[in-house]
Amino acid sequence: MAKNKKSAPTLMVPSRIPVLKTYKMFVGGEFPRTESGRFYTPRVKGRSLGNFCLGSRKDVRQAVAAARSAQAHWANRTSYNRAQILYRIAELLEARRLQFIQDLNHQGSSERQAQAEVDMSIERLVYYAGWCDKYQQVFGSVNPVASEHFNVSILEPMGVVFHIAPDNQPLLGVISIMAPIIASGNTTICLASESKPISAVNLAEVLATADVPPGVVNILTGSLDELAVPAADHFDINAIAWNRSNGRRNKTTLQMIEEKATSNLKRVRRYERPWTRLESQNPYLIADFCEVKTTWHPIETISESGSGY
Amino acid sequence: MNQSPENQWPLSPALESQDHLQLEKSYGLFIDGEFVSSTGSKKYASINPATEQRLSRITESTPQDVDVAVRAARKGYDRHWSRMKPSERGKYLFRIARLIQERSRELAVLETLDGGKPIRESRDVDLPLAAAHFFYYAGWADKLDYAFPNRRPRPLGVAAQVIPWNFPLLMAAWKIAPALATGNTVVLKPAETTSLTALRLGEILQQAELPPGVVNIITGHGNVGKALVEHPGVDKVAFTGSTEVGKTIQASLAGTRKRSTLELGGKAANIIFADASIDQAVEGVINGIYFNQGQVCCAGSRLFVEESVAQQVIEKIKDRVQSLIIGNPLDKNTDLGAINSRQQLNTIQEYIDVGLAEGAIRYQPEAPLPDEGFWCRPTLFTQVSQASRIAREEIFGPVLAIQTFRTVAEVIQKANNTPYGLSAGVWTNKGSKIFNLSSQLRAGVVWANSYNQFDPTSPFGGYQESGFGREGGLHGLQAYLDIH
Repeated sequence: MAKNKKSAPTLMVPSRIPVLKTYKMFVGGEFPRTESGRFYTPRVKGRSLGNFCLGSRKDVRQAVAAARSAQAHWANRTSYNRAQILYRIAELLEARRLQFIQDLNHQGSSERQAQAEVDMSIERLVYYAGWCDKYQQVFGSVNPVASEHFNVSILEPMGVVFHIAPDNQPLLGVISIMAPIIASGNTTICLASESKPISAVNLAEVLATADVPPGVVNILTGSLDELAVPAADHFDINAIAWNRSNGRRNKTTLQMIEEKATSNLKRVRRYERPWTRLESQNPYLIADFCEVKTTWHPIETISESGSGY
Repeated sequence: MNQSPENQWPLSPALESQDHLQLEKSYGLFIDGEFVSSTGSKKYASINPATEQRLSRITESTPQDVDVAVRAARKGYDRHWSRMKPSERGKYLFRIARLIQERSRELAVLETLDGGKPIRESRDVDLPLAAAHFFYYAGWADKLDYAFPNRRPRPLGVAAQVIPWNFPLLMAAWKIAPALATGNTVVLKPAETTSLTALRLGEILQQAELPPGVVNIITGHGNVGKALVEHPGVDKVAFTGSTEVGKTIQASLAGTRKRSTLELGGKAANIIFADASIDQAVEGVINGIYFNQGQVCCAGSRLFVEESVAQQVIEKIKDRVQSLIIGNPLDKNTDLGAINSRQQLNTIQEYIDVGLAEGAIRYQPEAPLPDEGFWCRPTLFTQVSQASRIAREEIFGPVLAIQTFRTVAEVIQKANNTPYGLSAGVWTNKGSKIFNLSSQLRAGVVWANSYNQFDPTSPFGGYQESGFGREGGLHGLQAYLDIH
């Protein structure tokens, strides 16, 4: 928090005991604890970040159910409406900028890094807000088929996407993938960074107040290796976004996911990039979580006017 | 006043409040980020066309004012706008969109007071669309490389924008938003009868902290617009208005390097086939010609009905016209408000006389009209010939010319028999017929089983004498970019 000299004396009562926050998950617009009742305590440089829910297989299932039930409605919103909601998330994140910088500090980022990460996260939301009603114009097409048909291809959201967030950028990493996933009308379950979950968990509070319909974004905390298994197995997940560096332990987990994902041919998208680069934001990330749908419609050819046009 | 005499269930007045609207007695010009006085002293009254009462006094800009505004726009371009990161430009536009949303009711009331259009239209159409335009183009600011792949799109510089009185704020948004998103700066001249919402937009630009000179707004009559588009410091001219003025502007640009886009008049064909959902089509016809008292360049002013259903359709249209509510534009029940100016009312009445003189049969409902203000009953003509002036010339009022047809070939030929080509409507339940018609109609926009649909993502503009260039959508960006 920025120290405001004038108000500091009234704010900082030395004997005061701070009220600690209970970190919970975010599922279907609500903030439940894990049904398993378990917790874990991630540490940065030996210092505890607090207790977080150690999510379970059943939590994954509940989050998928919430995401699925929200999906059709979210996809049916106008793209203008989705654009405004993404922009609204940016507005609220900007309003809580200092808190999110503090969270990143707490999780080991320097002041400068933290500030840059939060600012870039806000910009990124605005960037994808702008894409909501434009990607279709860039990727869609009217196809000049050699028959009397009107033939049009558009992008449609895949459905429910399970997103595995990175450790190195616990806020920017989440937003850089969450925003393009939901921009087209997908809903998502984000598994927060296991070692640095605060940013994702607090982002849930922003989402909950930013007109994002319940279930569009769900945020789970817990062990990657444990929760990746039910996610990769789940038949109601359409795609998995793997958003982590390519370390040795990660490699094994990713391979497991890719193998299991074949059960219902989940699309597995791998992102191992640093999200701080400007080129890392692009509309192809939206297309990554879309299917292409082509519609044919006949054109009547009778009664040509012959008017010379 | 609000009901036809035989209406047994009169509606109570439902007036939109105007308490929250404060108007200055007199307005200056918005130049270089400030409201400033003219170098001259001429002012004229802006009146409420529904009451003929004065709302405020507007500045008649001098040629010197025009020069100052263009220089301010150049400075705004050189010092601020062309140097700014595209994503930052976008953020200003997002701000403007949000501020318009926040102040939308105030602006809607002002639009209705100043222009005479029903509050229901200014509230539900003009204002939401104006905000949406800024919101849509805001997002393009940092994405232009995706709109024009393998090009390096560059702004043109200073854009001179002259807009009409039928959708004052919305036309300002259509013009300003894409110009700013692509990195240009602007001098805007609203129409002389409807400058108040544009001037209020100046306040919004100040609230948004838009850098000075990026948008400048000057007021006055046609000669001000002329001085603006002919100013040598202008790189691009964007005009919406009559075909006649559009041609004059184009002539004045001949031999210069200025780029231009023109959105001009129209004489749209609205075509009903026998297989259409008739009630839905009738509603579309009413909306097509009486929306904004018919003062719409894309108004469906020529109706073509397939002969087998013509009698039925015309009867239904007459019934529907009879139920339209004409009166106080601030009343939320009002369907038709006031005509924008006495001059325009005279033009419309002349055309109605022409129609009668040419032997067409007129129908008007019997609704009483208010004593003060400029009013015209919704009017339709049957027995109209292709050669009739009311079927050929743009009236820009609530006057519908009805003709019939027997075959698809015939109606396409009749519909295309016009120098205009802005829009068209097709009513049929057969999809393949829609695509046939839409591929053969010479018009920039074809509405199938709908009419007067607008969206910032969708390009709008005409063929041939309806002008050139498109506004809206990805295509609307090109009007403000050098991609060669």
